[in-house]
Amino acid sequence: MKTRTVMALVKKNLKGTTREPAALFLVILFPLLTTVAFGLAFGGMDSGGTSEFTIGVVNMDSGPYDSVWAESFVGNLTEVNGTIVTHYDDNTTGQDDLLNGNLDALVVIPEGFSESCDSYWQTPGDSGSWINSTVELYVDSGSMIAGGAIPPLVQQVLLNTLFGEQSMSLELPIEIGSPSSVVVSDMTQWDFMAPGMFAFAGVFLIMTVSQTLGVERETGLLGRMATTPVTSSEYMVSQTLSNMILALAQVAVIFTSSILIGYQPDTSLAGLVFAFGIVSLFALTSVGLGLITAVLSKSPDVATGIAFIFIMPQMFFGTFMPLGALSESIGKFMPSGYVTHALTTLFLRGAPITTFSVWMDLLILAVTGIVVLVVGIVLFKKRGIK
Amino acid sequence: MSETAITISNLVKRFDDVVAVDGLDLEIKWGELFGLLGPNGAGKTTTLNILNTLLEMTEGSASVGGYDVVEDADKVRELIGVCPQEPSYYGFLSGRENIELFGDLHGVPKDVLDERIDDLIRKIGLEDHINRRAKEYSGGMIRRVSTLMALVHDPKVALLDEPTVAMDPVSRRAVWDFIRELKDNGMAIILTTHYMEEAEVLCDRVGIIDEGRLIALGSPKELMDKYEAEDLEEVFIKLTGKKLTEGV
Repeated sequence: MKTRTVMALVKKNLKGTTREPAALFLVILFPLLTTVAFGLAFGGMDSGGTSEFTIGVVNMDSGPYDSVWAESFVGNLTEVNGTIVTHYDDNTTGQDDLLNGNLDALVVIPEGFSESCDSYWQTPGDSGSWINSTVELYVDSGSMIAGGAIPPLVQQVLLNTLFGEQSMSLELPIEIGSPSSVVVSDMTQWDFMAPGMFAFAGVFLIMTVSQTLGVERETGLLGRMATTPVTSSEYMVSQTLSNMILALAQVAVIFTSSILIGYQPDTSLAGLVFAFGIVSLFALTSVGLGLITAVLSKSPDVATGIAFIFIMPQMFFGTFMPLGALSESIGKFMPSGYVTHALTTLFLRGAPITTFSVWMDLLILAVTGIVVLVVGIVLFKKRGIK
Repeated sequence: MSETAITISNLVKRFDDVVAVDGLDLEIKWGELFGLLGPNGAGKTTTLNILNTLLEMTEGSASVGGYDVVEDADKVRELIGVCPQEPSYYGFLSGRENIELFGDLHGVPKDVLDERIDDLIRKIGLEDHINRRAKEYSGGMIRRVSTLMALVHDPKVALLDEPTVAMDPVSRRAVWDFIRELKDNGMAIILTTHYMEEAEVLCDRVGIIDEGRLIALGSPKELMDKYEAEDLEEVFIKLTGKKLTEGV
């Protein structure tokens, strides 16, 4: 293997990336824009700060009883920190504002609300004599936070209205210890997503590699190179090295931009070095899959489409997408999942790099990367050049 | 080093039912400029692609510098310089960077390479444009760069597939002078062309090939005398009843 040949090809590949706007966008600008966009969009979520909810109230309580219970309920709701209560005369106007996004929720107090509350206190132990009524609650279906936070909040306000302070101090056989040692988390949704961003960017190298090879094959450059003393090994090593360098550049871009928009990974310099290492190993897998994609594709355009067969599952099951039990199981088959897992352990859980699981992730990625790369090289040598 | 630069014996190449090259025999000496003439589809490029190790023959044998093109393909690649019919180059690199890349791939020493590139660029008349991105070049300019990419390592054998197509007359003359100089330095050159004037002016010998078979071989003058023709075009018409340049 001639070092000069490999370095000349690496230099050429890197010039191709920096000089071709499409390649530069895919490799550097796309991860940068995605990081900034996701960081700004999700950086404020679940940050431990108080969210403010605008809640509309339609009070229809009337009848033989005065509506003191309803007024008490509305008063309690207004006193809750972070709520702004707006009153509506009728349900239709309230629904209209909810639909237009002016409200986070709408509470409709029914006609017999106070009568219902009184009936409880008259015979607390005899549910058969209670007069039942239902408080209708409509929540903004376009807001994930409102959907999660408002129903329990309203439930608590209702309990406070009925039982007063009693609801908070019912005697129980079990006591909950003082949470003095628990620190309120100031993490944002972005902190949970950021480790996956590193794998997310690396996944797209599959497309870069397959397109590059597709173009070189289509324009006859691969054939021309095959008439020179350049060996297949030198060519493949140059492709691998170039893309590992690009992967490292992606890590630097994502890490720097993340920090600039407020991401604070709970890791040391060693953890950061480990991150560079594991992402560059992940690049081996992406290069291998890129070679396989190039073999399967007759043109660079087709390569773009076929690349998504490898990109999409890794993106959805192995990066920052929300994980459920099923997707977590599928994620174990995705190389990107191991990058995300290792970086989550280091950056989010604050584990030291001596942690066993991150080295297992590294090992699995190394083995997968080498196997996929070898398969890619063998297939490409057999069927990819012509 | 072998006595002959290129030896082709009973070369046959079939693509499924199509016979592209049919029993070709040729010997080309060191320092000889050999023209391979024929219409499109005659088998010229296929022959060159077998010699440059891109294709394997169906039957027969071929050697370059005494090395078998199949068994000793690596050795052959060290000897040859290939200018393909469709100029392939990196558009994002400048003309100079393209030439430099191929010098690096052939292992030309760095100090020699820089000096040689300057010399080649001057000879072929590209001084004013060589640092522009190649994707901005005209067809004729890119042909000249492609020719230099093939010859920057000073190969022993040059395989030039229609190197002057789409060039203006001035550029073509510059390339002719350059090719003549290479030949004078002992390089063996196979040149395919559709331009009869080019073959008559440049080539020591020409082989006229039609439907994969060699139908005439000799110097341009010998062939014109033998077939009592005014030029090679007429020779071809007399031999096949077809125009050499038809379909071009």
